[in-house]
Order: sequence, then structure tokens, then C-alpha cells
Amino acid sequence: MSEKSIIQVKNLSVSYGNHQVLKNLSIDIPDNKLTAIIGPSGCGKTTLFKTFNRLIDDTDGIKVSGEVLVNGENIYGKDIEITHIRKKMGLLNQRPTPLPMSIFDNVAFGMRLQGLKDKKELAAKVEHYLRLASLWDELKDRLHAPAAALSIGQQQRLCLARGLAVEPEIILGDEPTSALDPISTQHIEQKFKELKEDYTIIMVTHILRQARRLADYIVFMYLGEIIEHGPTDEIFNNPQQKLTQDYVKGVFN
Amino acid sequence: MNTRRKITSTFFETLMKLSAFLIVAVLLYILGTILYKGIPSLSWEMISQKPSAGFYMGGGGGILNAIVGSIYLAGGASLFALFFSLPLVIYINNYAKKNGKFVQVIRLIMDVLYGIPSIVYGTFGFVIMLALGWTVSLLAGIITVGIFVFPILVRSMDEVLRTVPPEVNQAAYSLGATRLETSVFVSLRQAMPGILAGFLLSFGRAIGDAASVLFTAGFTDNIPTSLTQPAATLPLSIFFQLGSPFEEVRNRAYAAAVVLTVIILIISILSRLVMKHFSKYIIK
Ligand SMILES: Nc1ncnc2c1ncn2[C@@H]1O[C@H](COP(=O)(O)OP(=O)(O)OP(=O)(O)O)[C@@H](O)[C@H]1O
Ligand SMILES: [Mg+2]
Repeated sequence: MSEKSIIQVKNLSVSYGNHQVLKNLSIDIPDNKLTAIIGPSGCGKTTLFKTFNRLIDDTDGIKVSGEVLVNGENIYGKDIEITHIRKKMGLLNQRPTPLPMSIFDNVAFGMRLQGLKDKKELAAKVEHYLRLASLWDELKDRLHAPAAALSIGQQQRLCLARGLAVEPEIILGDEPTSALDPISTQHIEQKFKELKEDYTIIMVTHILRQARRLADYIVFMYLGEIIEHGPTDEIFNNPQQKLTQDYVKGVFN
Repeated sequence: MNTRRKITSTFFETLMKLSAFLIVAVLLYILGTILYKGIPSLSWEMISQKPSAGFYMGGGGGILNAIVGSIYLAGGASLFALFFSLPLVIYINNYAKKNGKFVQVIRLIMDVLYGIPSIVYGTFGFVIMLALGWTVSLLAGIITVGIFVFPILVRSMDEVLRTVPPEVNQAAYSLGATRLETSVFVSLRQAMPGILAGFLLSFGRAIGDAASVLFTAGFTDNIPTSLTQPAATLPLSIFFQLGSPFEEVRNRAYAAAVVLTVIILIISILSRLVMKHFSKYIIK
């Protein structure tokens, strides 16, 4: 591929105990594009995702082999500082997980960790990122209310604002709309469309139409292997593999 | 069939109501007895003054020594236990391998310690004191009671930290937080209501216990001004007054019990309020 890639996965295998979940994967994720990972439930999409920011390390009995390069740097290398890797990526979970604190503190959390103390600057940045996630107008009067009191859709956008506030290069979304109502889903999709101008976005989705609407690039996984990947058009209109054909036609699911 | 199910459910509903009623009745009976016997002897003098020389034979003065001593002791012991239990529960929940051998062993030990009666802790504290050449003192009492409430604190905090959803910690990690930052700013915040509840529980146990302080904190008519002085406590004060041959002194024991109950009540209400505040932030 001639295009620049931001994440390169090389011969990656992951097992939980004796159960091998990812089987020697290799893939290049293109820079500044929206890549969608699709595939049936249990095929290892979330696991692959967690290797990108090494959240997988948090699981007991996990075995990882192979390499994941982010901007050419192997994040499983020896002298890697893990917090440095993680703040390059903003993460959206299937179910939004705000932090147990106020709306303001949620957005400020990552910036404070990086040493930003100035109250004015912090307030200005919080506003900026809440605007970026289209939350400012709704929430500006209740910034100090607990984040737990927000609706699920608002929580997911808050998580987006919080992730953007650490100035990542990559946004990871693991089925970021699956717990949301149609309007909130539209909000997030719209945001993704705008953000893909400036960020690399990688998302997992079960909704094929969503992948089609949003993605530039598709990765299709099946039982821990990458069966096929390519530009959205090709995968949906001219898949090379029988399995991909069946999946995009919705034969199994 | 239908009537049988109806009878069964009526039977169990009645049983449930009956036990609820019984509990409330017993509680009211206890409170009633203490109040009935204690209120008439309760006076401003009683809670604002130290005992006079002839206090235990019906002389004037009050139990301020025991009130202050108890608060110092229970507060000190709970803080002492908190200081050591917090790092432990954070370690077993956020650092150690989940449900690994180490964690299982620690939890087992805590369950064993939880079940040991307080007199054993008192004896243990006494033996250590003798070995070190210490005499009875507030500090010895705080350490002994602190060890006694330690497993209570660990268990109640562990129970809530275990229920922090892993996704909440992972969200903090993904923002570049270290394990320590995540533990302090996120896990503890999420578990705060439970930590407060545990602290209250251990404070209540500490202030109400007589056996562990008997040999370690001692008893005195004075208010301690340093950690090396002995300290009086309410349960022992009640015990000594109840043993008096004078009826008015025995009645003052009930007044002291009222004071003890009121202190616990105030602490409970305060901590409920604080807990309510922190619960608003919890992510489910
Ligand atoms: N913590 C774990 N311990 C053991 N096995 C796990 C663990 N997490 C996931 N697995 C297994 O790994 C496989 C892949 O799981 P993964 O969550 O990556 O799938 P997924 O493609 O994201 O599925 P879904 O679409 O349902 O979210 C599954 O077989 C799952 O049972
Ligand atoms: Mg998944």
C-alpha cells in the first residue's frame, strides 16, 4: 500500500490462558482515515482494539506476541512508557464510562494529569472540547454536576470530549453507538465525520450500514483472523473472499 | 393449587413483617430503657466536667474524661487503621493479580482476623506493651483498637472497591493516568461512600469496645493531653459506675450510655450526609 499508515500490526497473536483469540494478525491501519473493523461477535475485535493502547495488559493471564507499531514505534518494545502510548488515543467504549466526578473534572482530568494547573486556561480548554463534542450549549450551566447524572447519549459525547482533551492522534471507538438511541447515534456519527478530517479514527461496529456510511477503510475479521481488508467500496461491492461476501450480504450474523 | 400458593405467600409475608416488627421493637425497648433510666441523671455537669474525687460514691462531676478519651481513641484508632488498610485494599484490587493466590490469602486472613474477639486483641496488645516496657496509654490503646478494627475496615472497603467496574479504571488508564493516579483519583472516588461507611463502622466498633482498651488505654479521671497518658473510655466508665453500690451512680451509668448512643447517632447521620453527597458521582 502506498498510503501512509499510522498503526502497523505485525504477526500479532493474543491468548487468554490457552485460548488463542488473535491468530497471527498483520495489518496496516491508514493514517487520517476512518477505519471500521467488522466481524461476527466473539471474533476478537475488542481484543485487537485493546492491544492498540495496551489496555489488554490489564487482563490476567493474557499472552501477547508480535508487534504493534504506532508511528513506527513498537508499543510492546522494552523502554516504552505506557501512559505516553495511551494518551495518543482517545477511547470510546460500548457503554459510556464517565469518571466518578463532575462534568468539568471529567474533561479536565487528562489535562490536569499532564500538568495543566492554570484555572483560566483549564476552563477555556474544557469549554473548547465540550463545544467540539457539541455539549457546551446543553451543559454550560451545570458543569459541576456529576457526570453520572447525564443521559447515556450525553455521557458518550462527554467521553469523546474527555478523550479529545488529551490531544490524541487516534480515536478508538468500540461499538460507540450500540448503547445509544437513534438521535444520539446520529450525533456521534456526525462528530466522527467531522473529526476524521483531523484524526485517525478506528471503530468497531456491528452495523454494516454504519460502516458503509462512515468508513473509508474496512477490516473484516472472522474467528481471530483478518479475512480481508480494503477500501469500503471494494469490501462492500467487490469482496474477494467468500466469507466476506456472505458477511456483507448479511448471510450470517 | 391457587389457594395453596396464596396461603404460602401470606404466610411468608406475615413472617417478614413479624421479624421487621420484632427488630424495631427490640431496638425501641433498648433505647427506651437507656433513655428512661439515663435521662433523669443526665445534666450539663455530667457532660462538661471531669469526675470529682468522690464521683464513684455519689459525688459531683461528670464523665467528660471518658467522652473525650473515647473520641480520641476511636478516632485515632480508625485513622490509624485507615492509614494501613487503604494501601492494602488498593494493592489487592488495582495492582495484584485479580483473584490470584496472594489476594485470596489476604482475604482469608482478613476473614480470620475479623472473627477474633476484641479481648484477644486486648491481651495481645498488653503482652506487646509489657515486652516493650510501656505502661497503659492512649497510644497503646489506639494501636490495639486500631489493629482490632483493621480487618473491619479492610473488609468493608474491599467489598466496594471490588465492585468498581473495570471500565471505569480503564477509562482513566486510556487518558494516560498511571495506576497510582487511577487508584487515588478514580477508584477511591468511586468507592468513597463505601470507604466512609467502613470508617463509620470501625469508629462505632472502636468507641463501643471495652475489652480491648481495658489493659491498654487504662482508665483515668483526667483528660489525656499527650499520647503517653492513659485515657478513659465510655464503655469502661459505664462498667465502673454500674458496679457501684450507690443507686445514683448506677443511674449515671445509664446517662453515660445515652451519651455514647448520641455520639454514635451523630456520627451515623453525618456520614450518611457525606455519603449521599459522594454517591451522586458513582458510575454504575
Ligand atoms: N477477559 C477474557 N478472558 C477470557 N476470554 C476472553 C476475555 N475477553 C474476551 N475473551 C474471549 O476472546 C474472544 C474474542 O473476544 P472479543 O471481545 O475480542 O470479541 P469481539 O469481536 O469484540 O466480540 P463482540 O462483537 O461480541 O464485542 C471471545 O471468544 C471471548 O470469549
Ligand atoms: Mg467487542
